[in-house]
Amino acid sequence: MMMKDLSYSEAAVLALQHEMQADARVVVLGEDVGRGGIFGQYKGLQQAFGAERVIDAPISEAAIMGAGVGMALAGLRPVVEMRVVDFALCGMDELVNQAAKNRFMFGGQGRVPLVARMPGGIWDASAAQHSQSLEAWFAHLPGVVVVSPSTPQDNYSLLRAALQCGDPVVYIEHKTLWGLRGEVNEDLAVPLGKARRVREGHALTLVSWSKQMQACAEACDALAAEGIAVDLIDLRTLWPWDRETVLASCARTRRLLVVHEAVQVAGFGAEIAASAAEATGCRVARLGAPRIPVGYAPVLEAQSRVGPEAIAAAARKLLG
Amino acid sequence: MDSSNSGTALYRVMVRIRAFENAAEAASQGGVSAYGQQAAGAAKVRGPLHLSTGQEAVPAGVCAHLRASDYLTSTHRGHGHTLAKGADLARMMCELFGKASGFNGGKGGSMHIADFSVGMLGANGVVAAGLPIAVGAAHAQKLLKAAPGRSQAALPPPGGGHGLPGPGGSGANNDITVCFFGDGAINRGPFLEALNWARVYDLPVLFVCEDNRWSATTASGPMTAGEGASARAASMDIAATQVDGNDVFAVHETAARLVAEVRSGGGPRLLHALTYRVKGHVSVDLAAYRDPAELAAALETDPIARARGHLLAAGVGAATLDAIENAARDEVDTALAIADAAPWPEPGAAFTDVQTVGAGQWY
Repeated sequence: MMMKDLSYSEAAVLALQHEMQADARVVVLGEDVGRGGIFGQYKGLQQAFGAERVIDAPISEAAIMGAGVGMALAGLRPVVEMRVVDFALCGMDELVNQAAKNRFMFGGQGRVPLVARMPGGIWDASAAQHSQSLEAWFAHLPGVVVVSPSTPQDNYSLLRAALQCGDPVVYIEHKTLWGLRGEVNEDLAVPLGKARRVREGHALTLVSWSKQMQACAEACDALAAEGIAVDLIDLRTLWPWDRETVLASCARTRRLLVVHEAVQVAGFGAEIAASAAEATGCRVARLGAPRIPVGYAPVLEAQSRVGPEAIAAAARKLLG
Repeated sequence: MDSSNSGTALYRVMVRIRAFENAAEAASQGGVSAYGQQAAGAAKVRGPLHLSTGQEAVPAGVCAHLRASDYLTSTHRGHGHTLAKGADLARMMCELFGKASGFNGGKGGSMHIADFSVGMLGANGVVAAGLPIAVGAAHAQKLLKAAPGRSQAALPPPGGGHGLPGPGGSGANNDITVCFFGDGAINRGPFLEALNWARVYDLPVLFVCEDNRWSATTASGPMTAGEGASARAASMDIAATQVDGNDVFAVHETAARLVAEVRSGGGPRLLHALTYRVKGHVSVDLAAYRDPAELAAALETDPIARARGHLLAAGVGAATLDAIENAARDEVDTALAIADAAPWPEPGAAFTDVQTVGAGQWY
């Protein structure tokens, strides 16, 4: 077993190294990728694989995403870098109407095996256009896979799985997880669509993903001190999401709380809560941000943050 | 060349496109449209049908220089491009009828007509959307051409293993991509982004602007600043050539040079073909917003009539040209019968080809 202590961004680089070595079809295109990407998530790859495979692109999200679609149709497996999910909106026709629709619309003649990396979530002091959590938009979109890893191990394993799966993948890393360190087993495969049980408990089921797993873990510590044992599940993949694991837990605990960093209204938490209520009749609650753009000043930004205290309070309320 | 076999070959391509679209238009009558016309009865070709009547010389003249392993991206007005690239006419009609034996299994219809097996990567319902896809396909062609240093075992099979002829499928390894778009597309950002991309990476792509003077139901001229497609290409150091897009021989001759330049590694080129959209935006749009004099003037330069006159003057017999027209009509009649008799897709097909991971279910 090859174990390495890596950051979340280093884990992604390692995943790309493996995939690019194994498969000459894998190429990277995006702004600043030659310098390693703005978060170091492509560090050293252009030096190792050349500027023809790690392609520095103009600030041109529609062309980056659209060219990725064309490359994929012509036999390559592009990794499409969007810098942040907020900028990916400039390539939305190319993702929504082209990448996601191609295979179906043309009756299976085409395949678009691309991975669109679009870091999401609140980026400290970055205000309304650099801090959004838009994963629910993409989970709503037939034709794509949606992945949102929370640990270095998952970022390594899930990025490899995303590149191998052959579908268009929306791959949402969190803007503030890049420096998070952890053990990475290079041989560990993590399948798409399979959640991870982080803690086991019987009092209630707590489901979350990405950066919000950390706040949930803190809330679980506080609840454990009160004798409340939580079944904490990291969803890891939003489409397909692991219904089996979540619903089995809900059937056991009879209570579900879903927590996400995104705005609560019409968020993906609503989908999970409704599914669990329909399937198991359990009590459900969801917790997300208020429906406001993320503000700049610390006190304003804090209004959009769902912290451990709020999570613990929501759990207690659900149990009460 | 006008009296040669290739002259009649170009004529045959144009005539087949016209016959196909005339039949499709007739089969679309009785449908319901957002443009106001409604009628009782069920049309056999449903939904928006965008006809390229009067524009046939452009795909005929350009695609004569292409092979199946060259890629082509198209617009919402893509029947002509698809036929000229070599797609089977009967399977196209089946797709317009929504039948299972259509190229897309009835999932796409006219607006998404495609035949990947001849490199035709699809008509597109979004204006200008084909341009970035085309530069991506051309970028792949360039990378795969430069790939001999890489492990051959790791290289993709032709077309990436999903039905495409693939770069270098002919063995010549100098395949190109041709991208058709309209004059309306040049006002969308992806046009500018794609042209910049093509020049920055010096890709083997020929952009072909079919300038038919209309953007849906609005004249393009007043909506376009500056001098249009050629000028915008020139501003990005992409050589552009204007041509009379209703003169198939002129298109053929100009495209021959541009395709050769692109194929030999010269980088991107743009062909600005001046033509005219004879019909409305969609088949049930009668284009009442248009000055009848403008249409009358345009009909004077109908590309098929011009080519016929030219070929006759060059000594081709009228009987030869009549035979070409009759054969096209017969072929279309056969296609209509095939499409009419063909079975619908199974309802369950709506759940296939969505994606592999987490595929087409309710949840």
